[in-house]
Formats: sequence, structure tokens, C-alpha cells
Amino acid sequence: MEIFLQQIINGLVQGSVYALVALGYTMVYGILGLINFAHGEVVMIGAMLALSSLTVLLGLSVPPLLALLFSIILAMAGCMALGYTIERIAYRPLRHAPRLAPLITAIGVSIVLQNLAMMIWGREYHSFPQLIVNATHSLGGAVINDIQIIIFILALLIMAGLMAVVHRTRLGRAMRAVAENQHAAQLMGVDINRVISLTFMLGSALAAIAGLMVSANYGLAHYYMGFVLGLKAFTAAVLGGIGNLRGAMLGGLLLGLIESLGAGYIGDITGGFFGSNYQDVFAFLVLIVVLVFRPSGLLGERLAERA
Amino acid sequence: MTDTLLEVCGLEISYGGIRAVKGIDLHIASGELVALIGSNGAGKTTTLKALAGLLHPARGKIQYANRSLINVVAHQRAAMGIALVPEGRGVFARMTVLENLLMGAYIRDDKSGIAIDLARMYELFPRLAERKDQLAGTLSGGEQQMVAMARALMGRPRLLMLDEPSMGLAPLMVQKIFEVIRDIAALGMSILLVEQNAKLALQVAQRGYVMESGEITLSGAATELLGSAAVQRAYLGA
Repeated sequence: MEIFLQQIINGLVQGSVYALVALGYTMVYGILGLINFAHGEVVMIGAMLALSSLTVLLGLSVPPLLALLFSIILAMAGCMALGYTIERIAYRPLRHAPRLAPLITAIGVSIVLQNLAMMIWGREYHSFPQLIVNATHSLGGAVINDIQIIIFILALLIMAGLMAVVHRTRLGRAMRAVAENQHAAQLMGVDINRVISLTFMLGSALAAIAGLMVSANYGLAHYYMGFVLGLKAFTAAVLGGIGNLRGAMLGGLLLGLIESLGAGYIGDITGGFFGSNYQDVFAFLVLIVVLVFRPSGLLGERLAERA
Repeated sequence: MTDTLLEVCGLEISYGGIRAVKGIDLHIASGELVALIGSNGAGKTTTLKALAGLLHPARGKIQYANRSLINVVAHQRAAMGIALVPEGRGVFARMTVLENLLMGAYIRDDKSGIAIDLARMYELFPRLAERKDQLAGTLSGGEQQMVAMARALMGRPRLLMLDEPSMGLAPLMVQKIFEVIRDIAALGMSILLVEQNAKLALQVAQRGYVMESGEITLSGAATELLGSAAVQRAYLGA
């Protein structure tokens, strides 16, 4: 029972990070029908930027919380600029090209960013500085630490904020309008290029925060960390129904839980043959199962427009 | 003609290698209701799309409020007061009726003015008031046409273009829609009405153009066109 509760906690924390990244995939897909495979690298760049900034600031004896705040803002701004640039130079020229072209380009952008990061930050693992006394609390036999609590609550707040932007603001309405019918949105006076740029920037800002969360949680950052994380978040988006914001959040949390419970019990299930190091298997099993049995995802089916 | 709102000269539009519109001239005066009639495939919708900026003409001039529109993109034209209610309505199906109407006012930022116009639309189309929180995609075809028209009016356009507003609607609904067209025309809005239902269109319009295979073959006062033997034979089934 303690193991079960522990895996639920771990799964929810990890899943909330997946959800933030999955939102970036699903927002872009909703508007452009494009899978931005470079999104995982944006997460990695966000983590790296924050890490570098923290290292410099702490070296200058800036108070830790101030350094953290500044680093978050810097990582978000950097990732927003990166997201804007990726769309502008890699995807916009291909807006009317066959769908395979931007997909291949996305993979290319991903490789370029990975290599760029490797050149800047090297191949080694960077350890994330400890900023707060990370106290652990026991909860019915399981443990949860401060960083996990902060990650989970912050992620929920950000998701609620995003939903408010999308459903309650003029920009959010414009985003949904462009997602549904670009011609009609233009007829309303919406500059669709501007809305698309803003969508990329919004998704990238979430990615920056997610990157910081992952490296704070594991205490590590690495130029390759965006690849698997990106694939898993993409899986989460597909699980929830790609293009659907609530789906991305649900998919992220569910995937975190599936992965964590799977890792916790895989040893018992297979009689010790597989260990918890096989946990990545679960995400991709989920991807395959969803694609085979419910390609539209859990929340993916929405009403069709009547003629 | 100092009060000409829209003037089109020698407009040519190619569409996937086919010349869909082959050099047409037309004009609309301020406050005028002009019908553009013709059979399916004559190039009426293509013309409207080019006027709204959704298609780029191969050749020709479009002059609106004494300004050339050639390098003005669609969303800027909307901000200049050109509204198109597209064929098939183009409502945002996954947004509520209210959200659709607010999208219509996207170019405006006068909150109180928007609220007043919203109330006016609900007066003009009481059905929309009842359904304001319903997703537009769940409405009937006629109700969606109302949403599309109210949405266009929310932008306070100077030129309203309607593409086949009667298409696929029950006779009673067609009547209702045309009543509204008559009402807003009476308020002085300039309207370009594209219709296959020639009789209905010419009954509300002051002038009309007849389009056939990408060319304007006939034009004149609506009453004249209604009486003309050629129009009667081709479109009115006489």
C-alpha cells in the first residue's frame, strides 16, 4: 500500500510536467495540424538557460530565491524567442507545403537544437543547484518533498491560467477561431500569423517552466533530456486527444501515473525479470495501444460542424 | 460618382489553372444594395473571396473608399469595414453563439459599443438570444446563418457581402433572412448580395449584375433585370 501511494505521488508530479509539455504540442497541433517535434528541445533549452543563469547568479552571491525568479523569467523569455524563431524560419515557409515537409523539418530542427545545446553546454550532466532546504514529508507511509509539492501546485496553477487565457480572453478566442477556421478568422480581422506566433511563444513559455521543473526534480540537466521527455509528452497529448487542451492535461497526468505505477510493479508482475529501469516502455506501450484502439484519444472527438 | 464605395475594374482570378473570373467590372455606391446573380460555377463566390482578400486576383483593380486594395490582406480589409458572410456560413462550430458574435467584434475595442450592438443583434435575431450559450455547431442551418450575419454586423462594416444566404434553408427561414437584409439595407449599409435565387435577390436589390462563366453578361436596375426576357428565361424559370 505504501508503494502504491508513493507511486501515485511520483506519477502525479511527473505527470503534471508531462501535461505542461503536452499542452505545447497540442496547442500547435490544434492551430496548424503540425506536430512540432522540436518542442522537447525547447524544454531542454529552457532547463539549460535556467541552469546557466542560476550558476552565474549564485556565483555572484545573489539570494537563491531572487536568482531562481530571475532565471525562470530568463528561461521563459529565451524559450519564447526560440519558439517564435522556429515557427518563423522553419514552419511558416512550409505553411502550404505537403504535410510531410514540415514534419521532417521539425525533426531537423530538433537535431539542430540538440547539437547546438551540446556545443554550448557540453555532453556532461549538469547538476542542478539546491536552492531550498528540500524537506520531505511523510504522507500515509509515502514521502513527498517540497520541490515535488511546488512542482505539482505550480503546474496546476499554470494550467488553470492557460485555460482562463484560452476561454476568457480576446487572444484565446482568436486562437480557437484560427484553430477552427483560418479563413473565417481572417474575415473577422484576425491576423493569423500573429496568433500562430503567439501560440508558439505561449507553448514555449510552458516548456521553459517544465524544463526547470524536471531538472529541479531530478537535480540534473543534460543536452539530450528533451528528446525522451518530448516523446512522452507527445504521447500524453495523443492519449488525451491531440488538439484538445483538457486532453493534454488529462493525458499528461494519466501517463505519469501509468508510468510510475508500471515502474513500481513491473518487478512483481514479471517475477523480477524486468526492473524499474524499464519504465520508459510503458509510455510507448500506451502510445501504441491508443493509436491502435482509439486514435482520436480520450477526449479527442468533438462535434462536427453541420453543413 | 463621388459616393462610390467599391469599384472593381477588369478583375481576373485564376483558380488552379482555370480562369474563374475573366475581367469583370462592377461598382457599389454607398448605401446601395446590389445583387450579383448567376448559376452555379459562374464565379460569384470567387469574386467575393477576392474582394474579401481570401484570394489574390491575377489582374485588375479593386478600389474601396478611394483606396486600392491590391496589397491589403484579408484581416486588414476586415478592419477597413469589409465583411463577408461566406458560403456555408463559416461559423465557429466549437464556440458558443456569444463567442461567435464577440469574434465579429474582434477589430473593435469600444466595450460599451460592443455591448449595445450585442443587444441589437439579439433584438434582430431573438433566437440567438435564447441560444447564446449554446455551441454554434449544434444549431440548425438557419440559426447558423443568423449567427454568421449577426457576427458580420458586430464589426459594424461599411460593406457587407453575403454569399448565398438562402442556401439550404427552409422557405420560412429564407423569408426571415431576407427581411433582415431589407432592414439593414434600409439603415443605409452597402450590401453586395450573391444569390442563386435570382428572383428573391432582385426583389430586394436596387441594381443587379448577371454573371455567367466568369463574365458579367448583363447589368442594370433590379426591376429591369426582373423584367428582362433573358433573365426570366435563364434564372426565373419563366
